[in-house]
Amino acid sequence: MSVQQISVFLENKPGTLKKMTGVLASHGIDLRATSLAETKDFGIARLIVDDALEAVSTLKEHDFVASLTPVLAIEIPDEAGGLDKLLDKFTDESVNIEYMYAFPGGKNTDRACMIFRVADTKAAEARLTGAGVKVLTQEEISNI
Amino acid sequence: MEHYYQPEIECAPYEEIRKIQSEKLVKQVKHVWDNVPYYRKKMEEKGVTPDDIKSVDDLHKLPFLSKADLRETYPDGLLAVPKDDVVRIHSTSGTTGKRVVAYYTQHDIDLWEDCCARAIMAAGGTNEDVVQVSYGYGLFTGGAGLHGGSHKVGSLTIPMSSGNTDRQIMFIKDLNATILCCTPSYAAYLGERMQEMGYGPDDIPLKAGIFGAEAWSEEMRQSIQKTMGIKAFDIYGLTELSGPGVAFECSEQHGMHINEDHFIAEIIDPETGEVLPEGEQGELVFTAVDKEAFPMIRYRTKDICRLSREKCSCGRTHVRMAKPMGRSDDMLIIRGVNVFPSEIETVLLNNGYAANYQIVVDRVNNTDTLDVQVEMTPEMFNDNVGEVEERQKKLMADLKSMLGIKAKVSLLAPKSIARSEGKAVRVIDKRKI
Repeated sequence: MSVQQISVFLENKPGTLKKMTGVLASHGIDLRATSLAETKDFGIARLIVDDALEAVSTLKEHDFVASLTPVLAIEIPDEAGGLDKLLDKFTDESVNIEYMYAFPGGKNTDRACMIFRVADTKAAEARLTGAGVKVLTQEEISNI
Repeated sequence: MEHYYQPEIECAPYEEIRKIQSEKLVKQVKHVWDNVPYYRKKMEEKGVTPDDIKSVDDLHKLPFLSKADLRETYPDGLLAVPKDDVVRIHSTSGTTGKRVVAYYTQHDIDLWEDCCARAIMAAGGTNEDVVQVSYGYGLFTGGAGLHGGSHKVGSLTIPMSSGNTDRQIMFIKDLNATILCCTPSYAAYLGERMQEMGYGPDDIPLKAGIFGAEAWSEEMRQSIQKTMGIKAFDIYGLTELSGPGVAFECSEQHGMHINEDHFIAEIIDPETGEVLPEGEQGELVFTAVDKEAFPMIRYRTKDICRLSREKCSCGRTHVRMAKPMGRSDDMLIIRGVNVFPSEIETVLLNNGYAANYQIVVDRVNNTDTLDVQVEMTPEMFNDNVGEVEERQKKLMADLKSMLGIKAKVSLLAPKSIARSEGKAVRVIDKRKI
């Protein structure tokens, strides 16, 4: 079960990011993870939130270009070598990563959660699950 | 089925039209000679008298009028009738320098409205139609012209004027408007808003639109037609010559028929002033042979286009003018290269962007810079930075091949470019020359 990430186009000028967080805050949307990809000219914010559909429709209402992107969320132990061990499985299963980012595992302080964007989310998920990796569901993310 | 407002003249053989033009021209030159000292002086300087003008063949002997003459004679130096006979004025938007004031007798208003009625019927309008006029009303000729034309056709006329976009859409739906008249940029905005409100082409009663007063591209036409489920017709005119309706598109949607019984068109070389052979591209020049109060003779429009006498399937015989690339006023000279905003629009729409854009020209270290600012759309967005950059690069490459110079592309947030309700402001030229 993949997780829905929200990708938001951000114009490159002061205050754009703040406008986005303002919209989310006023609608009570709780951010789980954020990552910002930037170029010289524009940025793309990637968000994991408690309610993805609500967040994306709210952002659209406020004139943002926002889309849902399926990503894989995988929990790892928050310890040295935790990510390395997980990436062994990616390598073994030849799953190519486009980008990734991390966030702490919420109440579970000894865990961390990794977000992966891969080309074919479904196929990657099947292969990783087969190799014994536990992929988090949208519900599990919402409850963190 | 093709509808005509005045079929006997709209479909008359060319020889007959030419005969009418010659008769009216001879009369008009005499009228101007007698009543407009400013133009009489111009004729005298050129050594021409009314006796030299016997037919349209002699038109080239007459001196030109240009916007500069209008400014010089502001406000009434070209008025050719006593003020008592004038019933109305209109005025240009005055974005480039001083306003131009144009005068109308009742006869002038009538013939102008006839021209607009021809345009409405060419777009399929009849007395059964509901025409929503969303051009601005007031000094601007757009509202008054189409309003009068719609009355002449006998259509139910909604005198909306521009602005209050949601109310515009409400009226279109509630009153079952079938023909919309406004600027193309406002039509695009209305279409965008209709989509946001969840209305598809089938939910909108409109069948046609008559859009003019600014340059727009074929790609923009396609996009408006698709969004609203209509046929979009171009209409052309200038306040100096009366207003919209000097020329209009028919069902062919391939060039605009010039109302030749009222306006004689010539194409000249903008540099030398020489009349060019038919079919060649050059500056469009008009002589209004029927107007009493403000009779323009050989008025240089600065519009660059070509004329075609090819037979039109609609049955009209009047010459067709190609869509002008834009007024030469709109033409930018960037690093010595001529750039028309309509060319940029074509590239943007071909690349899947919306018709909301702005062109910012500046001069940095003595070099002109061109920045094409366009709004991001859901279709063009991707969570992958590389993908978005690829599209941006493709757009830059396409602009370079169309314009011949390099342009920067800035991607802006949606709705960050102000929507226009009248004529769109596309170009911001920050150069201090």
